[in-house]
Amino acid sequence: MSKENGVIYRISGPVVTAVGISPRMYEVVRVGDEGLMGEVIELHGEQSVIQVYEETSGVRPGEPVIRTGQTLSVQLGPGLLTKIYDGIQRPLPELEKTMGVFIKRGVDADGLDLKKNWNFNATAKAGDSVTPGYVIGTVQETKTIEHRVMIPPGTSGVIKSISSGEFNVTQTVCTLEDGNEIQMMQKWPVRTPRPFTKKHAPEVPLQTGQRILDFLFPLAKGGTAGIPGPFGSGKTVTQQQLAKWSDADIVVYIGCGERGNEMTEVLDEFPHLIDPKTGEALMNRTTMIANTSNMPVAAREASVYTGITIAEYFRDMGYDVALMADSTSRWAEAMREISSRLEEMPGEEGYPAYLSSRLAEFYERAGRVETLAGGDGSVSVIGAVSPPGGDISEPVSQGTLRIVKVFWGLDAGLARQRHFPAINWLNSYSLYPPSLDQWYRDNINSNFPEIRTEISALLQVEAELQEIVQLVGSDALPVDQQLTLEVARMIREFFLQQNAFHDVDTYTDLKLQYTMAKAILSFQEESKKALAGGAALEDVVNVPARTDLMRGRFESGYDVKIDEMLETMIKQIAETMEDN
Amino acid sequence: MTGKEYRTITDVKGPLVFLNKTEPVAFGEIVELRLTDGTLKNGQVLDTSDDQVIVQVFEGTASIDKQTGIKFLGDVFKLPVSTDMIGRILDGAGRPRDGGPAIVADEMADIIGAAINPYSRQSPDTFIQTGISAIDACTSLVRGQKLPIFSASGLPHNDIALQIARQAKLVDSDDDFVVVFCAMGITAEEYNFFVHDLERTGALENACLFVNLADDPAVERLITPRLALTAAEYLAFEKDYHVLVIYTDMTNYCESLRQIGAAREEVPGRRGYPGYMYTDLAMLYERAGLVKGKKGSITQFPILTMPGDDITHPIPDLSGYITEGQIVISRELHQKGIYPPINVLPSLSRLMNAGIGDGKTREDHKSVSDQLYAAYAQGRELRGLVAIVGEDALNERDLQLLKFSDIFEDKFLRQSRDEDRPIQEGTLDLAWKLLSNIDTKYLVRLDQKWIDKYHPTDKKE
Repeated sequence: MSKENGVIYRISGPVVTAVGISPRMYEVVRVGDEGLMGEVIELHGEQSVIQVYEETSGVRPGEPVIRTGQTLSVQLGPGLLTKIYDGIQRPLPELEKTMGVFIKRGVDADGLDLKKNWNFNATAKAGDSVTPGYVIGTVQETKTIEHRVMIPPGTSGVIKSISSGEFNVTQTVCTLEDGNEIQMMQKWPVRTPRPFTKKHAPEVPLQTGQRILDFLFPLAKGGTAGIPGPFGSGKTVTQQQLAKWSDADIVVYIGCGERGNEMTEVLDEFPHLIDPKTGEALMNRTTMIANTSNMPVAAREASVYTGITIAEYFRDMGYDVALMADSTSRWAEAMREISSRLEEMPGEEGYPAYLSSRLAEFYERAGRVETLAGGDGSVSVIGAVSPPGGDISEPVSQGTLRIVKVFWGLDAGLARQRHFPAINWLNSYSLYPPSLDQWYRDNINSNFPEIRTEISALLQVEAELQEIVQLVGSDALPVDQQLTLEVARMIREFFLQQNAFHDVDTYTDLKLQYTMAKAILSFQEESKKALAGGAALEDVVNVPARTDLMRGRFESGYDVKIDEMLETMIKQIAETMEDN
Repeated sequence: MTGKEYRTITDVKGPLVFLNKTEPVAFGEIVELRLTDGTLKNGQVLDTSDDQVIVQVFEGTASIDKQTGIKFLGDVFKLPVSTDMIGRILDGAGRPRDGGPAIVADEMADIIGAAINPYSRQSPDTFIQTGISAIDACTSLVRGQKLPIFSASGLPHNDIALQIARQAKLVDSDDDFVVVFCAMGITAEEYNFFVHDLERTGALENACLFVNLADDPAVERLITPRLALTAAEYLAFEKDYHVLVIYTDMTNYCESLRQIGAAREEVPGRRGYPGYMYTDLAMLYERAGLVKGKKGSITQFPILTMPGDDITHPIPDLSGYITEGQIVISRELHQKGIYPPINVLPSLSRLMNAGIGDGKTREDHKSVSDQLYAAYAQGRELRGLVAIVGEDALNERDLQLLKFSDIFEDKFLRQSRDEDRPIQEGTLDLAWKLLSNIDTKYLVRLDQKWIDKYHPTDKKE
């Protein structure tokens, strides 16, 4: 490494130009007297252009710039879960300890607690021949998650010695014949995807307990989804619902350029939420990254990479990981801001020309893979997009939609009617059902896909009928079409609407979703019979048992009671014929 | 390097001064410019390198020539703060405007303001009663929230802001708010209106005003809100006050931001506003909230006028992505003669759920608010239909909803400028009374148990 130390030539916001060093691209450097952390993003003749992850006011030309020789990396090992980091993996509670409630600068903090001892339980033994990804031992990281300590990529050999016991993450737990020492902590450069053997097709749905998502527009484990929507349409609530209820083993939640109070809400709430699967706190499986909108913009740019690298690391252990990024638009804006400081030629709407390739690279890091160790793991990525004015023809939405397989389109109109989740059922889509249908047939019901098709067909028909209703009013329609409208309304109000803040309604498992969908179709069928038998539409749709059935979803034990409620409804509908 | 005066100006462009070769100058450093006639102006370093320094001049560059002397003061911009600021009127750069003495600094505070560590924040969950039904019921405000008023020219947003400032209180507490008022580019007339009203109600003694008027330098507007927020942070987090920050008009602030961007020949983003406007706005709006271990709080009420009533314009759009909701003022309601003309449908409070419910407002609040929204939204939609097919084509349910939407506007939204409705007996009970115009079976958003308990006619007791 030639030329270790240089000096600052120019400062323009988060972009600093240094002379006198010749670093590598993306190398981390220390800038100024305070040693602010920065990353080299451009080499230009004698000058190195650096994006600085901290506020630069007060820094002067002539102050030193020091190379570190390393690219931006994260520390991976036991201790990642339950943590909350900023965009460059500094634990926020640590920062609070060293600098109080306001984030000042020039403070370094390790991502992992280097002093904490973990109980390492060796599962490999001396003489075992090991390759990258091979699990040599485990640590019970949290009550529910077993951390699998792996041979890092690029290392292989035969174990000479290995021992169980109390170790911190930097102590050697295993030595190979060639003298290589293995610690529990690995480092990995965030901009490089972690290696795996091969990618599989996704075949298992990521269950989220959100009816419109699971039932109509499912995401597969290892899949990618985009949620674009204007402000106030419920992106963040949807992301948080997914973080809470999706049946992934590990959740990585990235708050990228979003509101401080919102992150606090998540931080306050998660430790109290109970995982329906394990009965333990959901926080036990969660890592959070919070780089709020007023924190340095370069760290915001890095935050999504930090997050996905942590996600990949758990994937390599064989876990199903779900990563939520809220919001990728803020990430794109960080790229735009830095690009404009670099005076790069802008592409569409001032975004850099490489925007779509960066988006694609990021989403490509999702997938269900065969890990290096031969196991099966997945990273599912759900990215929120915040299009200006809610208009998804803008570059970030378009760049995202070209890549993701699931589109959950949030709709301001629905949000205004307090129809939540405000996901538009007419323009949203998922490309996964064909590869997931077999799983539904095997695990839920053999006719699950058909029921789904019926439900979405009804919604389509409603949309067409609504156009006529807009012109002539609903009373002008024939009675069977009026019934269709009533059924569709039931789908919307009873099935698609779901109250995220209601204890019971917030989560519905797939079996119950199926039962509810079937109940709606039975209502349709029975009503048709009743109408044919001379009943009046108004009597049919107003049977009290239907209201009970619909309101019942707010009560616990609904999965048991629903069958009885359905029977009562069917009986009451039948009675409407006799009344006439 | 302080004390040295440079006369090396090469270019002056808009609010920017470019000068050559100085000793190292810090990014963000404060600059004093001495004009040939002795006038002093202030500025700040926007870009610094060995060869060239770019300075943004707050008072505008009029009369600056190449002989102007430039002194770098060796520090970033700081505001003298103390509790003496309460009851004072300061100008857009923090100097007394009321003829009073200069503020004696208790401490000097950096006006940029560091980001609050998200981990150190405390979730806002204390309901603030504004006495305005539309806000209290549908977009409830909590302490520590930032809730902008999206308005447009010719609408009574100032009256609403003042009414909130006057009436805002906690339900079970006598804690008063200190108002920090920040004017950016408003007219002298609007300013007088605010000051008179604050004087009339005695609120001025409990307020601190930072004033940059329409004929004050545009660039100064970029620091005025930062001064106001710095004062607010000092009062809230050092002196335990609950601070209500009202700033108006954010649109003027953004225009100034665009002006600087253009002068620097930056690549413009949407509609010519700089690409970093989101981050810049966030650095203001995010200075609201509560912090663990501190008693005080900052609640923000930014007012912005939407150019051409367009909510998708970059200013309201970016604001909406940062703030915790918005209160939207409607021209249509205003023209119907309804005050306050708050259109609750696009209005939203993201922190509402944390601040309402049992023990805070009332257990049925959430259900009631959802039902009001749903019924009013459907009723309004039906108005369009009725215009085409007439009321005869509506069924019973739709007729009731249609009627409800009129009642809602007339009885619920409408209130007088000094009417202070308490949340339970004033706002929520009124909501139930109005909702009883709709058959209970159509009120699907209401839990049965609340209907049993609160419905004026279907009550079980």
